[in-house]
Amino acid sequence: MKIMVAVKRVIDYAVKIRVKPDKSGVETANVKMSMNPFCEIALEEALRLREAGHASEVLVVSMGGAQCSDTLRTALAMGADRAIHVSTSHSLFPLTVAKLLQALATSEKPNILLLGKQAIDDDANQAGQMVAGLLQWPQGTFASKVQMDKEAVGSVTVEREVDGGLETVKLQLPAVITTDLRLNQPRYATLPNIMKAKKKTITQITPEQLGVQITSDLEILEVFEPPKRKAGVIVASVDELLDKLKNEAHVI
Amino acid sequence: MSTARALRIFRRSDAGLLKRLHQGAAHRLFSSSESPSASASASTHTTINAAAANSKSRTWDEHRLSSDQLQFRDLASEFAQRELMPFAAEWDERKYFPVEVLRSAAKLGFGGVFCGHDVGGSQLTRADGVVIFEALAYGDVSATAFLTIHNMCAAIIENYGTEEQRQLLLPGLTSMEVLASYCLTEPSSGSDAASLQTTAHQEEGSTDYILNGEKAFISGGGVSDIYLVMARTGDPGPKGISCFFVEKDTQGLSFGRQEAKLGWRNQPTASVILENVRIPERNMIGREGQGFSIAMAALDGGRINIASCSIGGAQFCLDAAQEYVSSRKQFGKAIIDFQNTQFKLADMLTSVQASRSLVANAATALDSKSPWATASAAMAKRFATDACYNVCNDALQLHGGYGYLKDYTVERYVRDLRVHTILEGTNEIMRMVISRHMTKSQS
Repeated sequence: MKIMVAVKRVIDYAVKIRVKPDKSGVETANVKMSMNPFCEIALEEALRLREAGHASEVLVVSMGGAQCSDTLRTALAMGADRAIHVSTSHSLFPLTVAKLLQALATSEKPNILLLGKQAIDDDANQAGQMVAGLLQWPQGTFASKVQMDKEAVGSVTVEREVDGGLETVKLQLPAVITTDLRLNQPRYATLPNIMKAKKKTITQITPEQLGVQITSDLEILEVFEPPKRKAGVIVASVDELLDKLKNEAHVI
Repeated sequence: MSTARALRIFRRSDAGLLKRLHQGAAHRLFSSSESPSASASASTHTTINAAAANSKSRTWDEHRLSSDQLQFRDLASEFAQRELMPFAAEWDERKYFPVEVLRSAAKLGFGGVFCGHDVGGSQLTRADGVVIFEALAYGDVSATAFLTIHNMCAAIIENYGTEEQRQLLLPGLTSMEVLASYCLTEPSSGSDAASLQTTAHQEEGSTDYILNGEKAFISGGGVSDIYLVMARTGDPGPKGISCFFVEKDTQGLSFGRQEAKLGWRNQPTASVILENVRIPERNMIGREGQGFSIAMAALDGGRINIASCSIGGAQFCLDAAQEYVSSRKQFGKAIIDFQNTQFKLADMLTSVQASRSLVANAATALDSKSPWATASAAMAKRFATDACYNVCNDALQLHGGYGYLKDYTVERYVRDLRVHTILEGTNEIMRMVISRHMTKSQS
């Protein structure tokens, strides 16, 4: 069985984000970038499935400019078998990402497509759901547990975190799974594996070669910081509190 | 409306959980409950802010690191921030030696950085080691320093051991299932190391060696499994010294009490006492009479490593100080807005960068077996340990009264770095080494 994992290069979670003065986006120059934490979790789950004997190959893909290779090399150092870099300088929005993943899934034919539930830069939480729709594959999103039975070949059981609690779904393969935070704790790469990863292949491919036309269906109008936290107000009574919660903060 | 609110809450709890999960789930020795102790929460404050600052400051020397070294550094840095930094204050407070954390570092390849693949080592260069140890020391200087001493011992066996000795000792050392200590200094011979008095004699009719003597200030003393002992087999002076390995449970080997130290408190330090310790001939490393040059050659690498630890610690203190002065307000403005503070920070960064450059130079000199390697290592150690201690001390001063409190972490780095100007050859001895090379190269 083959597992394909999609990973995204994002600003490191610990970095203090600054908005560019022209409000066109967030400052990324000279800022530390890392693999999206949810993508790390997706990759870790794929590696565990391979180690448990359910899969024979873990293929990792990423899309974007030349620096994607950093993220892919990290993925290879963690243990992925090979990588594909979809090379493009266009800004990519979820639907385009989904279309590219659809094209890759059609040619690579993985049994499971694993993604992080969302990227920490756009918090879109769309690509996984969209690619499942495009491929007409079942989806198990916000996975907090993934189980494969040696007996129940051809399906995977996913426990999902939903607003009401935990939901368990059984998906026929091939399927899309997006990972949530509590699914696993990703492993570190090791020094020897970083060196071994240099021998693994990163295949370059363009959107044109995949037959996908990149259209900018979304346009970012403005990026601005949230309003600075204002001082609190001391209320004189519970009634006043309720009044403010209802009529000013609009939370009840 | 309610969906947006639910999403906001969902995201906030993710962010909090992300940060907590990133603090090393595997080694929560004392922080098992949800509410950390006071010292842990203050150091958490420093941890997260320093992590953010560190991810910015990391761009200073990226241009001269290879892509491999950048990956090594990322790995070491991540490990330091998740597995070392959140716990280092408690380890220091309770004098707890975090062996299990060192073993998980060894699983990533940090236990035998310079040893061959065939014995579980990472087979990397000194230049790679510098990058790795600086990144680890950012999280905890003392634990990293022990790691470097252990690596120095492993490298001795890698470079001077027979194939049998390599296969016997290194798999355990590279995984850190077995810990090693370097035993050169004695109560009466520190800087004058060649005058050491521990003896190793052979008796009539036996090839065994009998060792008698005492070693002082031994890192890992009492805990390590393997002791590399420099002992006198021949005439006085350096040429009469040989190198042996002694296993912990050997009869006659005992240890003094654990020393109470200013810093390096999460490391055991004790005297190693040898009373008629009998070891087989095959426990000699290298040739008879080669022990002193083995010890000195090992220190070339050791000095570069210790200097790297100083740099990592200084960078942390610099980042913490910059963070602090950016938010501390006096006389109507943040104290970073005063030119004196800005100049101070600029000088501190320059010191750290200069240290880095000297250490990197020494590492490449050692890797290329340059005849200047020993002098380069001495210069790097002398400069970096002095300069970086001053950076940490200055960072403490920039914190004002808070700098004196354990909660603000910087004082631990000051205490830990204070010994780096002393061990592995005092900075005075470094000057001897440097001037000797200068006069030698003239004649």
